[in-house]
Amino acid sequence: MGDKTDVWQGTLALMVLKTLETMGPIHGYGIARRIEQTSGNLLSLNYGTLYPALLKLEQEGYIASEWGLSENNRKAKFYKLTRTGRKQLEREARDWEQATAILARFLSPAEEG
Amino acid sequence: MRPLRAKLRALWLRLAGMFGGDRAREEFAVELESHLQMHIEDNLRAGMTQEEARRDALIKLGGFEQARQAYREREGLPWFETLWQDLRFGLRMLAKSPGFTVVAIVTLALGIGANTALFSVVNGVLLDPLPYPHPEELVTVHASKPNFDEGSISYLNFRDWQRDNKTLTALAVSRGTGYSLTGMGDAEEVRAELVSSDFFPLLGVKPVIGRLFASHEDEIGREPLVLISEGFWARKFGSRPDAVGKVLTLDGRNYTIVGVLPGRFNLTINNFRACDLYVPIGQFQNPELNNRFAPLGIHGIARLKPGVTLAQAQDDMLRVSKRLEQVYPEADQGIRAKLVPFQYAMVRDVRPLLCVLMGAVGFVLLIACVNIANLLLVRSNARAQEFAVRSALGAGRTRLLRQLLTESLMLSLTGGLLGLLLASLGTRVILQLLPRQLPRAAEIHMSGMVLSFTLLVSLAAGTLFGLMPCLKIFRQNLQDTLKEGGRGAGGARQRAQNWLVVFQMATTLVLLVGAGLMIRSLEKLSEVDTGFRPRGVLTFGLEASPAMIGAGPEATRAYLREANARIAAAPGVDAVSFSWAALPMSSDDEELFWLDCEPKPQSQNAMHWAIRYIVEPGYLKAMGIPLLKGRFLASNDDEHAPRAVVVDDVFARKFFGNDDPVGKRIHLEQFDEPAIVVGVVGHVNQWGLDNDAVNPLRAEVYQAMMQLPEQQLGLVMMGMDVVVHSSYNADTAFQSIRNTVVQMNHEQVVYNPQTMEALIADSVAGRRFSMILLAAFAGTALLLASIGMYGVVSYLVAQHTREIGVRMALGADRKNVFRWVLTRGGRLAVSGAVIGIVAALALMQVISSFSSLLYGVRAYDPWTLAAVIALMMVVALAACYLPARRAMRIDPMQVLRTE
Repeated sequence: MGDKTDVWQGTLALMVLKTLETMGPIHGYGIARRIEQTSGNLLSLNYGTLYPALLKLEQEGYIASEWGLSENNRKAKFYKLTRTGRKQLEREARDWEQATAILARFLSPAEEG
Repeated sequence: MRPLRAKLRALWLRLAGMFGGDRAREEFAVELESHLQMHIEDNLRAGMTQEEARRDALIKLGGFEQARQAYREREGLPWFETLWQDLRFGLRMLAKSPGFTVVAIVTLALGIGANTALFSVVNGVLLDPLPYPHPEELVTVHASKPNFDEGSISYLNFRDWQRDNKTLTALAVSRGTGYSLTGMGDAEEVRAELVSSDFFPLLGVKPVIGRLFASHEDEIGREPLVLISEGFWARKFGSRPDAVGKVLTLDGRNYTIVGVLPGRFNLTINNFRACDLYVPIGQFQNPELNNRFAPLGIHGIARLKPGVTLAQAQDDMLRVSKRLEQVYPEADQGIRAKLVPFQYAMVRDVRPLLCVLMGAVGFVLLIACVNIANLLLVRSNARAQEFAVRSALGAGRTRLLRQLLTESLMLSLTGGLLGLLLASLGTRVILQLLPRQLPRAAEIHMSGMVLSFTLLVSLAAGTLFGLMPCLKIFRQNLQDTLKEGGRGAGGARQRAQNWLVVFQMATTLVLLVGAGLMIRSLEKLSEVDTGFRPRGVLTFGLEASPAMIGAGPEATRAYLREANARIAAAPGVDAVSFSWAALPMSSDDEELFWLDCEPKPQSQNAMHWAIRYIVEPGYLKAMGIPLLKGRFLASNDDEHAPRAVVVDDVFARKFFGNDDPVGKRIHLEQFDEPAIVVGVVGHVNQWGLDNDAVNPLRAEVYQAMMQLPEQQLGLVMMGMDVVVHSSYNADTAFQSIRNTVVQMNHEQVVYNPQTMEALIADSVAGRRFSMILLAAFAGTALLLASIGMYGVVSYLVAQHTREIGVRMALGADRKNVFRWVLTRGGRLAVSGAVIGIVAALALMQVISSFSSLLYGVRAYDPWTLAAVIALMMVVALAACYLPARRAMRIDPMQVLRTE
């Protein structure tokens, strides 16, 4: 367990948005499991921190929620992406890619010699 | 854009979420519960036991309650909720001790209110920019001469300065005057200003209707024009637009109205006062206007060209003046143009006064803060237990600090709000008390600047008195407090309170010394010898009917004799004299002369100067001036008799030393033949009670009105002063004289009645104003300090109840107990007095070095100091009296029983 990475500050929102884009409407537990799976079980997600993050996204209008029934007929809250959320996802994904690309250049062996 | 909108939306929802409450919380509990169940089911499927599955799910969640807590914090605004809690808690605490709360708020309201009121005056007068475009470019212009730093400018010099300078956008002049307005009902005297054409355009003033004077219309010999004020337009023409083009008859000449100036134009600068009529300077009916020697009370204003500094402009004008000095060596010798910035020129006289008062009122607030800090300290002893328990339960220091500061800021902001209300009333009171000559009084109002000042002062005050007890609380030992169980003897606490009281006493003493010195100054001033008997003396203006203007010397003299006889016959009048040129306390005029033993000087600057009074024989009796030698001017000192003058004792001493002046001859500049000194009278205070003794020009010379040359006799008809002595009160006397004068000729006007007593009072109005305010501040400070003293000594007695009881039980005398309490209080007062005296001496030195607020007393006036210390000790001991009585009445049995 010790070799798992914690979720970096600020990236959880992006992961949630991406998950919702891929999966469609889904409940909180599902999002948590999906994030862990996608990371190849390399990320250790404290499920308790997921809910404030969801609430924040909802307050910001990027996602919406409604009550529904889970696979095994349990009452659960389902989250889905809104239109502004989709745009926000695009924007953040682009920023993130840019940031990682820049960092990658620093970290990869010098190309220009 | 979008992320910001999202953030705002979130903030709004969180604000709302704070009050959303339970439903959202229940929903989340359900959501969390279903999350756990799903997780447990998954775990079971993965082969865990029921127990293991539940445990694992909870661990992954990081705890059920923790998750709920994190969610709740996101739901609302935690810091806001804390603040809200603090506020509610603070309100409860304040409501629990309403006495303290009311005293604190009222004290603060008074302190902050006084500060706000005075600041709004300071702001309006000293800080606000002038209401003209680019006010920083405006300057006043004077002619500096050997005798006058800011003397008046002759018309011809003005024209040359105007033409030759390279640094001014415009230069304009003005001179006050008055006209008798006829042809519109009863004849009346109207104040007017003679101005040059650039005067209004330079200030950016635009006419309401019509136009201003065009350039060249202000030159000598042009058509008579007049601009009128909006008020005059409304009064005389019902604000009808057809007033423009109408004609006003002023002093018998017809002036065409060209425009109306806005009512808000309200400038007071140099000798200029906004008034009802403005006439081009070229219309000045004084034949001397074209004489380069004659400055005639004309002063200037100018606007610097953009980017030109004051020093550059001053250099430029120096160049111009020097050139003129070469061209006109006689008239312009030593005459230099002098520029003074507008705003400085307006406020320089009141600035020290306002600064001193602002400082004083700041002290009062400081004392008020200390008082509240003291009360809070006493309360903090009671609350020490509460805070000890709270920090024992894990409340952080910052959390407690926040709580305390929230409470004190609540007090100070409420006090500030009330203070604002008080200030809006207080400002009105101050404006009424203010000396009439206060510049820019009309611009004093509550502005954003004043509101920010109040807010800032309230916050600063709240922080100041809130922090003092906080520091106290944090320094004490938690465990000791808990052990003491709230009875707390706390020596350190008592010491802090003692210091605060000493500080209060010291500050109060400084204010008392200031007020005491002001009172002593006024007292000294009231002892100043005016040189005449002000009681019953009434002065007013008289303007002959326009028909008399230009009537010739014979007719004029005949008229003067008749008018004098008529007024003298009015009921109640027992002496009367016309007066022209200087009049004590209100206007001045100079005579240039040389002594018989001297050769005629080459220029005016080499001549002697004296204050010139042109009067009639009745003047001596009307004013009640003592005759020291020879005789006063008599009715036979007329146009046929040799020229006679009377001088005052200052003149006699200065120019004749120990010789007898009577019979000596002096040469007056304007006459070819010499004049003979026929008598010596006592010196009359010309420049006001406080200024006369220090004015370099004090020699006085009296001449007979009947001996005036023809030209000046003509000017007398256009307005002179009348001095009468009447046994009636001023209003009745003036009424009967007015009737007499109008009966004689309904086209002549009397105006502007003033009693000499009022003129004298006016000359010390500024001082009286600052004395009243300072005394009020000092009184408030004394009251606050005595409350502080009372509080501390009461606390002392309460703390020592046990000790006193035990002592009494052991046989201590009640008187001893009483004395012990008084001594403790007295010691504080004495320490305060000592520190206060030192501070006051230092401060008063500073104040007397930059202002002339003190008159006739030294900063270390022993009488004032003694009186003030005595007053403070009496008040301090009185404040100790009640607690001391309480100590005396302590019942030892009761005390011992409760032990």
